[in-house]
Amino acid sequence: MSSQENSEENLPTKQDSAHGAVAVADNPFADPGLPPHEARQQDLDDRTAKRSERTVALLFTVSMLATIGFIACFVIFPIEKIVYIWPIGKVSALNFSLGLTLAVALFCIGAGAVHWARTLMSDVEIADDRHPISAEPEVKAKVLNDFKQGAEDSVLGRRKLIRNTMFGALAMVPLSGIVLLRDLGPLPEDKLRHTLWGKGKALVNMNTGEPLRPEDIAVGSLTFAKPEGLEEHDHGFMNEIAKAALMIVRLQPEDIKDKRELDWSHEGIVAFSKICTHVGCPISLYEQQTHHALCPCHQSTFDLSDGARVIFGPAGHALPQLHIGVNDEGYLEALGDFDEPVGPAFWERG
Amino acid sequence: MSNTTTAPADEQRGKAPAGERVADWADGRLGIYSLAKANLRKVFPDHWSFMLGEICLYSFIIIILTGVYLTLFFHPSMNEVEYHGVYAPMQGVLMSEAYASTLDISFEVRGGLLIRQIHHWAALIFLAGMFVHMMRVFFTGAFRKPREINWLFGFLLFVLGMFTGFTGYSLPDDLLSGTGVRFTQGAILSVPIVGTYISMFLFGGEFPGTDFVARFYSIHILLLPGIMLGLVVAHLILVFYHKHTQFPGPGRTEKNVVGMPLMPVYMAKAGGFFFLVFGVIAAVAAIATINPIWTIGPYRPDMVGTGAQPDWYMGFAEGLVRVMPGWEINLWGHTLVLGVFIPLVVFGLVLGAMAVYPFIESWITGDKREHHLLDRPRNAPTRTALGVAWITMYMITLVGGGNDLWATHFHLSINAITWFVRIGFFAGPVIAFIVTKRICLGLQRRDAEKVLHGRESGIIKRLPHGEFIEVHEPLSQEQLHTLTQHEQYKPVEIGPTVDENGVERKVKGGEKLRAKLSQAYFGEGTQIPKPTAEEYKEIQEGHGHH
Repeated sequence: MSSQENSEENLPTKQDSAHGAVAVADNPFADPGLPPHEARQQDLDDRTAKRSERTVALLFTVSMLATIGFIACFVIFPIEKIVYIWPIGKVSALNFSLGLTLAVALFCIGAGAVHWARTLMSDVEIADDRHPISAEPEVKAKVLNDFKQGAEDSVLGRRKLIRNTMFGALAMVPLSGIVLLRDLGPLPEDKLRHTLWGKGKALVNMNTGEPLRPEDIAVGSLTFAKPEGLEEHDHGFMNEIAKAALMIVRLQPEDIKDKRELDWSHEGIVAFSKICTHVGCPISLYEQQTHHALCPCHQSTFDLSDGARVIFGPAGHALPQLHIGVNDEGYLEALGDFDEPVGPAFWERG
Repeated sequence: MSNTTTAPADEQRGKAPAGERVADWADGRLGIYSLAKANLRKVFPDHWSFMLGEICLYSFIIIILTGVYLTLFFHPSMNEVEYHGVYAPMQGVLMSEAYASTLDISFEVRGGLLIRQIHHWAALIFLAGMFVHMMRVFFTGAFRKPREINWLFGFLLFVLGMFTGFTGYSLPDDLLSGTGVRFTQGAILSVPIVGTYISMFLFGGEFPGTDFVARFYSIHILLLPGIMLGLVVAHLILVFYHKHTQFPGPGRTEKNVVGMPLMPVYMAKAGGFFFLVFGVIAAVAAIATINPIWTIGPYRPDMVGTGAQPDWYMGFAEGLVRVMPGWEINLWGHTLVLGVFIPLVVFGLVLGAMAVYPFIESWITGDKREHHLLDRPRNAPTRTALGVAWITMYMITLVGGGNDLWATHFHLSINAITWFVRIGFFAGPVIAFIVTKRICLGLQRRDAEKVLHGRESGIIKRLPHGEFIEVHEPLSQEQLHTLTQHEQYKPVEIGPTVDENGVERKVKGGEKLRAKLSQAYFGEGTQIPKPTAEEYKEIQEGHGHH
């Protein structure tokens, strides 16, 4: 940049002359200077000025009354009282009254001050000079000289050993801070690869808490399930359900287009991870006619009759399927964990 | 002895009014007189658009005041509790303490809901205010030397404000904000190599864990606001130090600043404006519910509501993620999640473009002078067009961030909206650029026309031979000056490629690029030459013949 020819030919050169206060007599575009002050009604007529004064005082008085009103509302209205206010509808009486009295109290102070400034304070425009931000050359020379003197006094330039070890020490000491951050969390290891599902885990209805039988699941219905033994009150429930949440639908077996999906299903019942493979929202919308499941967050759409492949939206890969079967007692069970990580993709996913 | 010498001074001081004595006391310790000398009657120019920055400052103060109040009642904890408060629909529901205490603030602390709503509304207004304030600074060229650093401070405030807002609305641990946190975690996972590590470290393990509310809390109330407070102070000090820019007009030059003094006019106006902003936000908080977390329910990673939307300033990032095709590359046992990572990078680039613009422009113009007179946007057509192109891209992406709501509210196909955003992201800015530039040039032409031929008076005159003409009134010298004072750059040329000795020198790539960009900024068809005094005089004399 600096190496280039920075000739300032392209710049309009007349920055200063054009804006000089001295108008060139024959230049019709010359700066005529500040226009004369125009008096306001308040400057000329004392009655108008008095009226402005009363307006300002009235606004400040209204503010005081509103503050008293605020305190009164705080005392009077019980917090649970709901009132109907047209056109807003039903609102909390306390919130509404406190908010409006506070608003009036604040607004009137502002309105009073601004009205005072606009009508009664002098509105004569003043011109102030600007000074260049950059220092004068003498100042710059002095500073550079001081710096040089300081640098010489420090002997840092000559005592290389001090300099190098100091830089080394300063560079290394923040490492302690970084090391201390290590225990913010565990290493990822294979945590994202496993869920609570495993061979023999029964599928439990999320809403009723009962284990699911194939006959509980009607064609076209959408059921959410969790692994048996995982209860809401459990420590770690949130982390487990964030990976194990399951979505079960029943299709006509002949509608299932994907071979593996069919193999891993039971009488047309298929179980997929409920966690979207895009950024991890739970998929919660199901259209039974088309067998499409939709994530309401970013509209990724999966075809549950075709291996849950992505047919629309930003998701990058199909929903993982859980291999299910029926145990001896006739309940649906998992025949293993998901064979791929659930949820959003990540670097180590592969 | 010493008594006799100091007595007269003490006596004198005893006579001075109380205020002066207090000021003397403070001056002896703080040197306030020297400080006030330059600042008490400091001149501030007047223009409505200069209030936009004030709105940001005041909403920031309001956020801090209300935020401190909220910390008195909020429990930043993810311990599971069963709710037994006054809000009947949530009786017995399992939730985190953070969510429960937010319910308590809303239903059991008198005025708590109001303060919560003022806090949230003020945050939205703070971000919106900064957005519009930055537009004002951009389109008027107020970011030019010497204010580039202050532009960066403002830019940082905007970006930090976004993240402070995000960490803030995530604190109640409700279903909506939790979904947003999950989205963020999913986006972090997409970062190559370190994504899973960052996620584990941020959340203290797997998502959601039991740590993030407490961690976001300290980020939200301490780390980010602390940095922002420092930046706000630095921003204001620089505004004072540089003295405010002003719009051109009679008597206003690069060497002066014309306006009203700080004391009393700006103390009253700006101080009063704080109360106006606070009052309006209080009224909004009284009337309009925001973030009713009690209707949304506590967060569960396996549940979600429809129509999930972030606060507006994150909608742009949301849009990028929503419309990006789901590209994933699997190679050598690793996954490159481009479908999420590209939006993440674009998000940074789009914001970063704002930060670097002042430096790019000053490199292209080569202008190293100070600028205190503002440009009218029309007089810098390329800059204005670039700005409008950026905003167009931002707004189209914002539409993408709410594609589901657009679809349901306007009965449109979500596929169509997604494709509109995908195409619009690239085509929209180009169209906006061309259209804006043309409008700017049209306005420049109109200015030139007005200067040379005067203002249309609306008076129709019939000449003796039957012709109708409209009488044009010549402009006053004030108006003539205002319309012609602006500067017009000439494009930079690549200097001679042979020096005086006939030796060829190498033209660097940067130099060529600069010449090209300069041509695009100031070359042919990018500005209408402003009328000259000679033209004006010629035409005025011509009028005499009528």
